[in-house]
Amino acid sequence: MITLDILYTRVAGLQPEDLRRWIAEGYVRPEAEADAPVFAEIDVERVRLILELRDRLAVDEEALPVVLSLLDQVYALRRRLRELGTES
Amino acid sequence: MADDPYKTLGLSRDATPEAIKSAYRKLARQHHPDLNPGKPEAEAKFKAVSAAHDLLSDPERRGRFDRGEIDAEGQEQRPAGYGGGYRRHADAAQGERYAEAGGFEDIFADMFEARGRAASAPRRGRDGNYRLAVPFRSAVLGATERLTLPDGQVLDVKIPPGVVTGQVLRLRGQGGPGRNGGPAGDALIELEVAEHPLYRRDGMDLRMELPVSLAEAVLGAAVEVPTPAGTLRVTLPAGSDTGRQIRLRGKGIAAAGSRPAGDLFLTLRVVVGKPDAALESFLRSWTPEHPQDPRAGLEAEA
Repeated sequence: MITLDILYTRVAGLQPEDLRRWIAEGYVRPEAEADAPVFAEIDVERVRLILELRDRLAVDEEALPVVLSLLDQVYALRRRLRELGTES
Repeated sequence: MADDPYKTLGLSRDATPEAIKSAYRKLARQHHPDLNPGKPEAEAKFKAVSAAHDLLSDPERRGRFDRGEIDAEGQEQRPAGYGGGYRRHADAAQGERYAEAGGFEDIFADMFEARGRAASAPRRGRDGNYRLAVPFRSAVLGATERLTLPDGQVLDVKIPPGVVTGQVLRLRGQGGPGRNGGPAGDALIELEVAEHPLYRRDGMDLRMELPVSLAEAVLGAAVEVPTPAGTLRVTLPAGSDTGRQIRLRGKGIAAAGSRPAGDLFLTLRVVVGKPDAALESFLRSWTPEHPQDPRAGLEAEA
């Protein structure tokens, strides 16, 4: 179980106000309570991905939801394809 | 093993920091593992590009590399390049957490539907998009306007009263022909209603200014007023002043369906006209019955 504190420790450079905004926008979806969110490994990597898109690839926050939405669709398709056994 | 970082980024050795950053971003966007899932070569390339950038974007390390003090791997620290950590999760079952709410099933269904549909299946024709200039009067009363399409075909477009600029009319079946027995597409016609020098639209009402002479204003008169539906005789009451409004019920935008017709509002404007000796001499000797300062109260509001 990954708490806020652990998340900040594991992801260098993560600003609390950024994280709060991303959660509010639904870019990051921790489990449970608003006052004590609990993160899974996928959430940690998701936060790293967003930081990387924004800081290293200069994807600004306006474009972020578009990029994330496309990525989410691609991964949803890939998971479905794999379920159907069409990809080895 | 690492290649020359300059070569990896496609740069010469005297590249500016800006050029390094821009080359890195271009390549990183192109090869980012999350944008190329299922392509291990993209990931490898991305790592190489990231490592090259890490080395060259740090002036100190770049200098040491240029002087041959460190090799292309840098060594001091593991390159901060993205390792595809997110993809490992997103590709697996827990990736469901970030599934798009709705929409995706449709994409999926579309994909298979498109694949499964035989080329011989009926296809609906394309919709055609056109623009049509509508005279002001036609928009007020309704009319049938003729639209000539680029291919020479002529469409008679029925304009209902009350249309506005930007409104789109759809003519079913007047677009491109269907294939294999499919239905024809629709013609989508965007209207552009002309302005009018006399009338101004106000919703379903029309407004116009009506000039009247001094005598007509003071004494009252029956005057002829041009309206979109034809000339009307209108009685002006005696003592009408500039700014007085006269409402001609039902003479605005024509009724359509259950919507009643709008009204035409006339706003009077008294025109004194050319100098007139008799009028001047009368006014000099004239003592008003009810003296009044038309500018009373202006001061207070200024």
